[in-house]
Amino acid sequence: MPEVLKEKEQKKLSAKDFASDQDIRWCPGCGDYSILKQVQSVMPELGIPKEDIVFVSGIGCSSRFPYYMNTYGMHSIHGRATAIASGLKASRPDLSVWIITGDGDSLAIGGNHFIHLLRRNFNVNVLLFNNQIYGLTKGQYSPTSELGKKTKSTPAGSLDHPFNPLALSLGADATFIARSIDREPKHLKEILLRAERHQGTSLVEIYQNCNIFNDGAFSTFTDKTNKKENSVYLEHGKPLVFGAELDKGIILDGFHAKIVSLKDDNVSIDDLWVHDETDRNKANILVRFFEDNATDADARPRPFGIFYQEERGTYEDSLSQQLEQEVELKGAPDLNKLLAGANTWKK
Amino acid sequence: MTLEKENTQVKNVLDKVTILYAGDSGDGIQLIGNQFTNNTALYGNDLSTFPDFPAEIRAPLGTLAGVSGFQINFGNSSIFTPGDLCDVLVAMNAASLKKNLSRLKKRGTIIVNTAGFDKKNLRLAGIDPADNPLTNSSLEGFKVHEIDITKMTRENLKESSLGSKERDRCKNMFVLGFIYWIYNRSLDSTIDFLERKFKGKQEVLQANLKVLKSGYHFADTSETFSNRFEVKPAEMQPGKYRNIVGNQATALGLIAAAHRSDMNLFYGGYPITPASDILHELAKHKNFGIKTFQAEDEIAGVCSAIGASFGGDLATTASSGPGIALKGEAIGLAVMMELPLVLVNVQRGGPSTGLPTKTEQSDLLQAMYGRNGEAPMPVIAAQSPSDCFEMAYEACRIAIEHMTPVFLLTDGYIANGAEPWKFPSAEALKPIVLKVKDARAEEDAPYLPYKRNEDLVREWAVPGTAGAEHRLGGLEKDKETGNVSYDPENHQEMVKIRAAKVNRIAKHIPKQELDSGTTSSKLLILGWGSTYGSIKTAAKELQSEGVDVAHAQIRYIHPFPENLGEILSNFDKVIIPELNDGQLIKLIRDRYLIDAKGLNKIKGLPFRAQEIKEEVLNHLK
Repeated sequence: MPEVLKEKEQKKLSAKDFASDQDIRWCPGCGDYSILKQVQSVMPELGIPKEDIVFVSGIGCSSRFPYYMNTYGMHSIHGRATAIASGLKASRPDLSVWIITGDGDSLAIGGNHFIHLLRRNFNVNVLLFNNQIYGLTKGQYSPTSELGKKTKSTPAGSLDHPFNPLALSLGADATFIARSIDREPKHLKEILLRAERHQGTSLVEIYQNCNIFNDGAFSTFTDKTNKKENSVYLEHGKPLVFGAELDKGIILDGFHAKIVSLKDDNVSIDDLWVHDETDRNKANILVRFFEDNATDADARPRPFGIFYQEERGTYEDSLSQQLEQEVELKGAPDLNKLLAGANTWKK
Repeated sequence: MTLEKENTQVKNVLDKVTILYAGDSGDGIQLIGNQFTNNTALYGNDLSTFPDFPAEIRAPLGTLAGVSGFQINFGNSSIFTPGDLCDVLVAMNAASLKKNLSRLKKRGTIIVNTAGFDKKNLRLAGIDPADNPLTNSSLEGFKVHEIDITKMTRENLKESSLGSKERDRCKNMFVLGFIYWIYNRSLDSTIDFLERKFKGKQEVLQANLKVLKSGYHFADTSETFSNRFEVKPAEMQPGKYRNIVGNQATALGLIAAAHRSDMNLFYGGYPITPASDILHELAKHKNFGIKTFQAEDEIAGVCSAIGASFGGDLATTASSGPGIALKGEAIGLAVMMELPLVLVNVQRGGPSTGLPTKTEQSDLLQAMYGRNGEAPMPVIAAQSPSDCFEMAYEACRIAIEHMTPVFLLTDGYIANGAEPWKFPSAEALKPIVLKVKDARAEEDAPYLPYKRNEDLVREWAVPGTAGAEHRLGGLEKDKETGNVSYDPENHQEMVKIRAAKVNRIAKHIPKQELDSGTTSSKLLILGWGSTYGSIKTAAKELQSEGVDVAHAQIRYIHPFPENLGEILSNFDKVIIPELNDGQLIKLIRDRYLIDAKGLNKIKGLPFRAQEIKEEVLNHLK
C-alpha cells in the first residue's frame, strides 16, 4: 500500500473534505442543496477513504451532483448512470458507488437500466431526486408528475398516469426501498447511512422541491402547520402513528389500511400496524398507500422511511464466486494453451 | 478408423477444390461444414470457408428462404477466399439446388438427396413437379450423383430406439462420411467430436456414428465415384497451426491483450447477429478472470463497459450496425472522457435491421462519423478470420496506450469464416504499455486529470488512487483541470486536441505496405478489411496473366498509415473495391484528393475474385 494511502486512512475526515472546489450552480432555494449537504455530512461517518467513493450521475439538475463531491465521479449521459455504475461495480466491488439520478433520468429515459439494476442487486446506492418535473429543460411534466398536470408541454394537462417509483422498485425486486425528503435533514441522513450499510442496491427516493418549475409540490409534507398530519415516519418494530399530537394510527384490515383515531375510535396503540421492514406483503401495501382508495388520498399520510429490505446476494459477489469456481474447474489461466486450442498441427 | 481400402481406387490429385454444402436450415449443414473444415485443416490443406445461412432460426421448411449453405475452398497452396464457383455442390433438397446451381462450375459435380426432390419439396422450392430438374434435362453437362440419403439413413437406423425425427437428423452424417471417402480422409476428427458432443447420449452417438460410417462405405462400395481425390497438404510457413473462426479470433485477441497488459478484461454486450459468438467465446474462458456482462440492451452494454473502464479494466463491447447505432451517444461520452474502450462492430447488411446474417462493409462511415459533435476516434479493420486476433489485440493496445475508444471493424464474412492460423506464443505478443497513476499527496497541487504527454494522451487515474480524485463527464472540460468549461477558446482548443491526439496515433502503427505488385505498377487495387482474400486472389491471378497491378489492403483507417499518401501518389489508377456503396473511397478522396474509382458490391455477399479481375481489366483497356 502506498504511503499516501495509509496516511489518508488515519486522517479523520469532515464534511468539508468531501466538498469539491467547484461553485455550485443550482438555483438558489433548490432542494438539491440540502441533499448535497446531508450527503457530504454522512460521508465521514461511513469510514471509507474518499478515493474509494464514486458518484455517478446521468443528466438533469440533480446529475450535476458529482462535480460538487471531492471523490471520484462521473457526470455521464441521460439515463445511463445505472448502467455505468453496474459495470463499475462489477469491475471494482471494492468501491462505494453512489448513483445520483432524477425522476426523468431514472424513470423515463433510463427506465430500462433502472429496473435491471434493481433486479441484479449490485451493492450500490441510488439517490432518486424526485421533483415531479423536468427542471433542466425548463418545466415539462415528468413520469412522476400527477395526472392532469399543466406544464409547458402539457398546457391542457398531462394524460400520463404517473409512475409510483417505490412500487416500481418493489416490482423490480429491489432489496432496499426507502423514501425521504429534502426538508428533513436528520431523517435523510439516517436513511443515507442505512442505505450505504445495506448489502445490495439501496433505492432512496428523495422528494425534492424544484422552487422554479414545481414549487410546493411536496409542501403537504413540509409545511410546519400540517406536515405531521400528512406524513407517517416508519420505524422498524414500531406502530404506525402520526399526527401533530401523535393521536392517529394505521391499522390493517385484511389487505387494506385504515386510519384510526387513538382518541375516539376505541383503539389502543397495541392494535396498530407494527412496521416490519422485512415483510414484503406489507411493503406492497405501504408503497401504494397513498394510491389505495384514491378518493380520500388526501386524508392519507405519506409514509417516509425504509419500506422494505431483504438480504439477497449481490451480483458482484456472485460474479467473483463464479470466476473462482471457473479457475477450480478449468484450471489457472494459460494463454499459450488457449491460443493453441484443442487441435494443432505442425508444418 | 483406418482407411483399409486406401489404394483400391485410382486417386486423382488435385490442387484445390471448392465444395458447397447446401440444404434446409434444419439439415445440419453448418455442422458438417465445420466438421469438414476441421478435418481439412488437420489434414494440412490451406483453406477458407464461407457459411451462409438465413436469418430465421427455422425458416419455412424446404423453401428457398430456408436454404443454408457452407462453402469451403481448400488446396495445396495458399488459399485466400472460399472460392468463386464450386467444384462440388451437395444439395439436400430442391430449394438448395435451385438457389445454388449458378454457383457451380461448368461440368461440376452435384450430389443430391433424391428424397428432397419429391412433389412437396419441388413445390416448396417453387418448381413445377412436372419440371423436376433431376428428370428434365436442365442438369445436363453436370456430373449428377443421385442418392436417396434419407432412405439410406432410415435403413441404417431401423433398429434404433430413436424417434423418426431424430433418426432423420443423422442424414447429414451420411453426406459427411460420403465426402470423407471421396477426398480420402480419416473419420477420426469427427468421431472424436461426436463422442464429445453426445457424451451420455449413447443412442444418439451410436446412430450418428453408424450413419457416418455408412456414408463412407457407401461411397466406397457403390462406385458412385470411380475415383477418389486427394488434395495434398499445402506448403505453408513452418510453425504450429490451428483452425480459427473470425469471432473466436477476436475474442482471443481481447483475452491476449488483457493478459499481456496485466489487466482484467470486462465485456459488456447484448446478443446480436453476427457478433454474439464473441460473447460466447469470452464466456467460455472465465477462468481468465474475464467478466462478461450480458446487459439489458445495447446501450447498457457499452455503458457498463465505460463504467468498467473508469474502474481500470480493459473494457470491451461488440455489436453489429443496429447495436452500434444505439451505442453512439455513449461512445461519444468515452471520446469526451478519454477512457480506453474497445468496440467491435461485426458488420452486416444494413440499413436498419437489413440483412442480419449477410456480410457488408457499410458501417465504416458510421464508425468514423456516427456520433454527435466532433468526436474522432481510431478505426481499424481486420482482413481475415485469423487477422481478427491481431487487430483485436491492436485495438486494445491503441485504446490503452492512447486513452481512447477504438473501433475494430470486422464483418459477417470473416467473423463466421475459418482459416488455418499460425498462432503466436504468449511471449511473442507485442508489449502493451499501461501507465496508471500512482497515489499522490493531495497537498502537492491540484490533480490535473487532463494534463497530456507528448502524444497528447492524458493520464489514467482510477478510483482508489489517493490524491487523484477527479470528476469526468460529457460536458466540455477545461484543458487541464477537467472542470466544466464553457469558454469558447477552450472548446475550440479541446476539439482540436482530441483530433490531434487521434492523428498522432499514426506514429505508433505500422507503415502501409503493398501486398503485391510494385509502386511502378499500372494500377493499384486498394481494399480495406475483409475484401483482402478476394483482392489478393484477383491480383495474383492478374499478375500471373501478365497484368501489371499492385494491391494494398488498409487495416488502419483512422488515422491512415503515415506513408499512405506517398504510396497512392505513385499510381495513375486506383480502384477501391468495397462491399458498400462507396465509403473508404470518400475518405481517400477527401484526404488525398485523388480520382480513385469504386467497385461496389452490395448484395450481402463477398467479392468473387473474378469480379475484381474484370473491373481491373476494364480500367486497363
